[in-house]
Amino acid sequence: MKTTDVPQDDANMLQGKFREPVYSLDADGNYTTVKSVGWDAKNEVMKEAWDSVNEKIEKARKDVLSGKLSPIGYYIEKNIMDVSLVASYMGIWRWTVKRHLKPSRFKKLNNEILKKYASVFNISVEQLKDISKL
Amino acid sequence: MTNNIEDKILDFKHKQSAHCENGVVSNLLQYYGIQLSEPMVFGIGSGLFFSHMPFLKIGGIPVTSFRPMPGIIFKRISKRLGIKFEKHKYSNPHKSMVALDENIGKGIPTGMLVGVYHLTYFPDPYRFHFNAHNIVVYGKKDGDYLISDPIMEGHEKLTYDELLRVRYAKGLFAPKGHMYWAEKIPEEIDLEGAIKKGIKHTCKDMLTIPIPMFGVKGIKFLSKKVRKYPKKLGARRAASFTGQIVRAQEEIGTGGAGFRYMYAAFLQEASVVLKNEELKKLSYELSEIGDMWREFAVITGRIVKNRNKADESYDHAANLLYSIGEKEEVFFKKLKNSIA
Repeated sequence: MKTTDVPQDDANMLQGKFREPVYSLDADGNYTTVKSVGWDAKNEVMKEAWDSVNEKIEKARKDVLSGKLSPIGYYIEKNIMDVSLVASYMGIWRWTVKRHLKPSRFKKLNNEILKKYASVFNISVEQLKDISKL
Repeated sequence: MTNNIEDKILDFKHKQSAHCENGVVSNLLQYYGIQLSEPMVFGIGSGLFFSHMPFLKIGGIPVTSFRPMPGIIFKRISKRLGIKFEKHKYSNPHKSMVALDENIGKGIPTGMLVGVYHLTYFPDPYRFHFNAHNIVVYGKKDGDYLISDPIMEGHEKLTYDELLRVRYAKGLFAPKGHMYWAEKIPEEIDLEGAIKKGIKHTCKDMLTIPIPMFGVKGIKFLSKKVRKYPKKLGARRAASFTGQIVRAQEEIGTGGAGFRYMYAAFLQEASVVLKNEELKKLSYELSEIGDMWREFAVITGRIVKNRNKADESYDHAANLLYSIGEKEEVFFKKLKNSIA
């Protein structure tokens, strides 16, 4: 690819935080890097991946509101985690986390455990318990 | 947490690179007076690879990779240049920070592995649970750690708690406070020998691993899989699976076309060092193969955009992958012979 062909298709994927160096050939046929803000092809596949994540979050949100799932299930999706990753952050068994996904179990959790979950999800205990704002 | 070391800022030159592992090595060596570009580090460390592992899934999607396992480039380059790195993991997070403070106090820029998800300065769309990211801490100011992250254009900083959190991210490749620093830098390095070893290793990995998931065989293997995706998975999931290939190929760190352009840049530099014209020709050949990978990404981008309809382009994408596989096979055979 030539330096002049390096795409600059900004879809705000980098949020202006940096530009990515792309290796390309200059007019003399020497390799150099050109900083790029993005590329349509890549933006599309990134969007698709985030759409998938958001679909899962939305499904979890509905399940929480209809009483099928505890808020932990929602925040797992929101943080792009899964049960086993949460279990390793919590330092507890996977099946224990799975039990906490049941709203009835979640209601009985003591403050200590809730605090730990909240810190894994980077939120407060109040936020974790309050489903009215999901 | 209180920190007992005073402000200290090392004279560490931060240079942005495409890939973090190369970048950290390149920047650390620069601190000790060894000038090696990112493509050089990448080539000597045999960073180019291909693998498609249908049974290894992340988020339910099979893993395709254009590079070897994290840490391998680092290991190979230190061996080939004769640089000795001190490496440590700490089961006690607090001790890992004390050890870091001690290093900074002694004037040692220190590399470390961190998880990306909680990196506060990272753009949100790129924040997922990837744990093998490399950064260098080169100082401390007002209690904050000064960070050279090879991906970023400028300098960054993290608080004690922020740094602690990313150093103890959990999940696949959990860093466990892993940190490393140069212990012994050789007086002279055998650049020519290192380049040749690097090239030979890459050719071997791309051509001779007797399992169809790796190297050029892996590309053809993936081509067969992609052809079957729409029938086997349905439009929506087929798009996710194919999109994932392009994410691995183009996401931060590859420098475009799944490291093919970066490797071509390496061959161009290598042709000068080794006084080998053939390598320069091969560098252009690889550029063209890189262009084909980019074309594959364009087709995939279209497939993904129209993901809720059945799409005819899968055959086209699969054909292209297959011919990339064939071209790379010829290419790496020529490359192997060019330095024999």
